[in-house]
Formats: sequence, C-alpha cells, structure tokens
Amino acid sequence: MSQVFDVELVGVTKRFGATVAVDQIDLRIPKATYCCLLGPSGCGKTTLLRMLAGHETPTEGDILIGGHNVSLLPPAKRGTAMMFQSYALFPHLNAVDNVAFSLKMRGVGKAERQEKARRYLELTHMTKYAERLPSQLSGGQQQRVALARALITNPSVLLLDEPLSALDPFLRGKMRDELKRLQTELAISFIHVTHSQEEALALADLAVVMDGGRIQQAASPRDLFDKPRTAFVARFIGGQNVLPAPGSNGLDRGEIAVRTDRCHLVAPDEATPAASLLGSITGIEYQGSRVQITLSIDGAREAISLLPDDAYFAKPFKIGERARIAWSEGDVHQLSAP
Amino acid sequence: MSAEAVAARPWRRKLVPYFQAGPLTLVLALFLIFPIVTIVIVSFFDYNSVQIIPAFILDNYRDVLFSKVTWQTYLNTFGYVIVVWAITLFIGFWIAYFLVFHIRTNTIRIACFLLTTIPFWTSNIIRMISWIPLLGRNGLVNALLLHAGVTGHPLEFLLYSPFSVVVAFVHLNTFFMIVPISNTMARIDKSLIEAARDANASGWQILTNVVIPLSKTGIAIGSIFIFTVVMGDFATVNVMSGGQSASVGLMMRNEMSELQYPAAAANAVVLLVIMLLIVSAIVRLVDIRKEL
Repeated sequence: MSQVFDVELVGVTKRFGATVAVDQIDLRIPKATYCCLLGPSGCGKTTLLRMLAGHETPTEGDILIGGHNVSLLPPAKRGTAMMFQSYALFPHLNAVDNVAFSLKMRGVGKAERQEKARRYLELTHMTKYAERLPSQLSGGQQQRVALARALITNPSVLLLDEPLSALDPFLRGKMRDELKRLQTELAISFIHVTHSQEEALALADLAVVMDGGRIQQAASPRDLFDKPRTAFVARFIGGQNVLPAPGSNGLDRGEIAVRTDRCHLVAPDEATPAASLLGSITGIEYQGSRVQITLSIDGAREAISLLPDDAYFAKPFKIGERARIAWSEGDVHQLSAP
Repeated sequence: MSAEAVAARPWRRKLVPYFQAGPLTLVLALFLIFPIVTIVIVSFFDYNSVQIIPAFILDNYRDVLFSKVTWQTYLNTFGYVIVVWAITLFIGFWIAYFLVFHIRTNTIRIACFLLTTIPFWTSNIIRMISWIPLLGRNGLVNALLLHAGVTGHPLEFLLYSPFSVVVAFVHLNTFFMIVPISNTMARIDKSLIEAARDANASGWQILTNVVIPLSKTGIAIGSIFIFTVVMGDFATVNVMSGGQSASVGLMMRNEMSELQYPAAAANAVVLLVIMLLIVSAIVRLVDIRKEL
C-alpha cells in the first residue's frame, strides 16, 4: 500500500464542556516526518497529541493513521506509541521489564520478551542500566527507557509529549540529536509536542504553530522563521521585528516583519535610509558573536537589532541614545491578519 | 541564641536533642514500656485463689504452652483472623479501587469516605446488640427468608455463631482496609494506567500488573490493622457468639475475672510475641516504609 501520509487530521475538534480545546484542525503529515506541535501552554497541542494517542476522543472530525480511520480505536490498535511527559515508567519494574511490558501483555514468553527488550535498550544506550528500577535512574536515563518502551511496540507514529522539558540544557541537546537520529534510522513519523521554538527549529521537518486550538501555521522550520504568516507566529518563533507597515497617507496596511539580524542601526544625524524608524535605545545585550540592541519606538513598540559583534563595536551605542533602526525593502515580509 | 553562643557552650548544644526527644520518650515510657514490663514481670509471679505472690516461676508459661485448651483457642482465633482478613481485603480493595479510580470529583469522594465511617457512628455495644433484631431467630433476615420460601424454618446459624462473629468483625473492620489501600492507590500516577493501556493491557491485566503491585504497601498496612484488632478482641467474640466461641482475648479476660493475673499476663506475653512475629513477617514481605 502506498499511502503518502502517516497521519491525516480532518476537521478535528475537541470540546471540554463549553471550552474548545482543539478547533477544526486539518493537518496532513507525510511519511517519516519529524513533526513538532508548537505553541504556548493551553494552545491545544497536548490535547491534539492525546487524541492521536487515543487517550481522548475527538468531539468532531476524523483521525487517519496510515490511511485508516482510527478515531474510535483504543490506543494499542492505532499503530501509535506514546512517550509521556513524566515518562510514566512502572516504578515496581526494572528497565528491562518496563520495556518488555507490552510484550508481556501480549503473552510473549519471558526469555523472548526480555531478549527483545534488551535489544531496544541497546538502541537507546541503556544496556548498562537494564536491571535498575526507575527510581535508581536519572531523568535522562528514565527517558531513554521510556523511549525504548515506546519503540518496542513497533509503532508507525511515535508521539512525544514535551520529552525534553525536564532535562538540563546539556542533556537536552544530546537527547535532541538522538531523537533525530532514531527518527531517521527507523523512518517513522515522530510527533513531538513542545513549547520551545528552538527545539522545533532544530528538529522538525514540519513545524505546526498552534494558538487557541487552531493552527496558525504549518510549514518547514525555515519558512516558519523566514516567512511567518501572522504576527503571532513571528513573535512566538522570535528573531523578527513586528512593525506597522509604513502606510502611505495613514492608510492601514497591517503589519510587516523584518528579521532582527537584517536590521542595522544608524545615528540620527546620518542620512535617513529609505526604511527606518527612530527610537531610543533601552537595552544592549552582549551575546558573544552578536550584540542585541533593543529600541523603544515612540515608547509603544519595541524593535530589536541583532548586530555582529565586530560591526557593533566599530560603532558602539549607549543606552538612552537616539538611533534609527533601518532595513532594506527586500527584507520586508508582509504579515496577514490572524 | 546566636550561633557563636551555642558554639561557646558545646554542652548546651549536646543537650538540645535530648530535650527535643524528651517529652515523647516520657509518654512512651510511661504508657507503653512500663505496662509491658509490668506484664512481663507479673507473668512470672505465682498465685492462688486469693492473692498474687511475687516469685519467679515458669508454671504460668507451662500452663499456657502445654494446655490443649490454649492451642485450640489460638487455632480458633487464627480461624477468625484468616476469614475476616480475606473478606475485609476483598471488600476493602474493591471499595478503595472504586473510590480512587471511578469517582471523578473530590467532593463525592470525600462524601463516600464519610459513608464508610458509618459503622463507627454508634457505640460498640449498641452496634452489636442491633444485630439481634436483624439476624436473630425472629429477626428481619429470617422473616424475609421464611416469607420468600427460601427456607422452611428459621436459620439458627445467623446469630450466636462463628458466622455472626465474622459478620460483626467485617462490618467494623473493613474500614481499616479501605483507608490505607485507597491512600496508596491514590498515589498511583494516572499516566501509568494510560501507559499500560498503550501497551495493549486489558482491564484485568492493568489490575494485576500495575494496580495490585503498586497497592501492596496499603494492603500490608491494612492487614496489620486487621490482624492486631481481631487477634486481641474479646468483646465481639463474646457477644456475637453468645459466649459459645473462644478467642485468645476472651481466655485472658476469663482468667482475670478469676483473679489469675499471672496466668493472664503470661498469655498476653505469648500473644504479643506472636503478633510481633506476624507483623515482622508482613514488614519483611512488603516495604511499608514507602508509605510512612
């Protein structure tokens, strides 16, 4: 069977009483895609993931996995596996037995299921800790066990609920590489819920930004960063100045986005560039290879210029100084209304 | 007091923990250790029909350990313990399961918990007397059975029998199973149940592979409650069996009413040792410290 999409969502809606958690979601995830669901807390991303897993039923709409409508199927019959945010390892079972749990439920013999479990622990580099109880493992190790436990069911789609949020920054980076490696190796789809745009940009083939139960934009990370559709996406992903479009004759032409690293600063007494705004500098932050300068425009709006360190230190500014933030017309990206 | 002042007077610093532990030590010494030591001492005393004679004899223990009556009484009491334990465990487990996993709102859960305390809303004596109009020869149950034609003559075993003793024990003590078990169950992370369902576990498999293993400490604590309460009881056995059944507690009470305090004391020491053995066996089986 040559189906093109691992997951298709058609008009999926979830209501809890009067509140709408997920509102008319349509989304198609191609085969073997690393998909990140991204958004602020309460945007519906976790509810959407739980509906994919089968721990919630959609109020309306259909969920197709591998071309089959699974909207009403129990979790284990969907070809999905879920890695829980708290890992949800069974505290009374050691790592091997945790990984082998689903095989035990299917009645696989002890020797066979333990051997298979060890192979999956090897895949996540946990062989050394196979006999330990979850309470004897660190957060990162517990996560690897949870990952092995999810993968042993041979899912076509792996669902990950904020898998990296409980780890320290160093481990987070390591785990990120590993997740991507596993996804490529296994050639299955990963659907990864996160509130970190950095994570989504680094990992995703397809990043889906949600807000208020709706999809704001579903695109490749590069498109998401470079061409945000709305002001919300531009602000959430960051790296963009959201500015009022320079309207001719006071005509409202909506908002534009200009990447902060494409904006430079000009002293007020220099020749005025074509596209620029005058403001006063409220913050200067040294970030190593770059310097981030924050300007307040008319006391109402903020604009940021991210300058390479050598360019900045050749012509430094002081807090409180007036300056013009300027960009070239070619870097302007028109935003549409939400 | 500043840190330097403490450091300057080290003897004072050393005394502080003793003062902190003092009050509880005093209470325990006065109300736990002193009575037990007294009982142990008295258990070696001699006695006749009118007085207790300070002495050091082993006759009391010989009487307890080598009398056929003692053995039969212990066996009888163990019988009650096992039956009551099994029934309260079964009922208590399922009530706890229902309270924790099936009731969704906390208000209703608290209301249901209060309902389980109903057996304690009246005094022990009234509670036991009120079984008579229910289970007696002309009681409600017999009237109902006769009326429905289930039986031709009133059932005699309903009251003043081992059956009624067990009924009264279960009625009162199931609560002591419900509380610790539901306490342990409430701490089971709900995502573990979802993870088990993800792994294709059926409802029964979730119960045997996740819920029961993770409720073990609660079951152990509840079992200790039941064992100690039923092993030491004399009032329930006496009233509910109509004085026809024996228990260890009852045996001691009878000895005391005949002023044979040293004999009763020896009996009490033996019971204490047996209870300690049972409890330490349970504690070895299940690590209850997780719960404390």
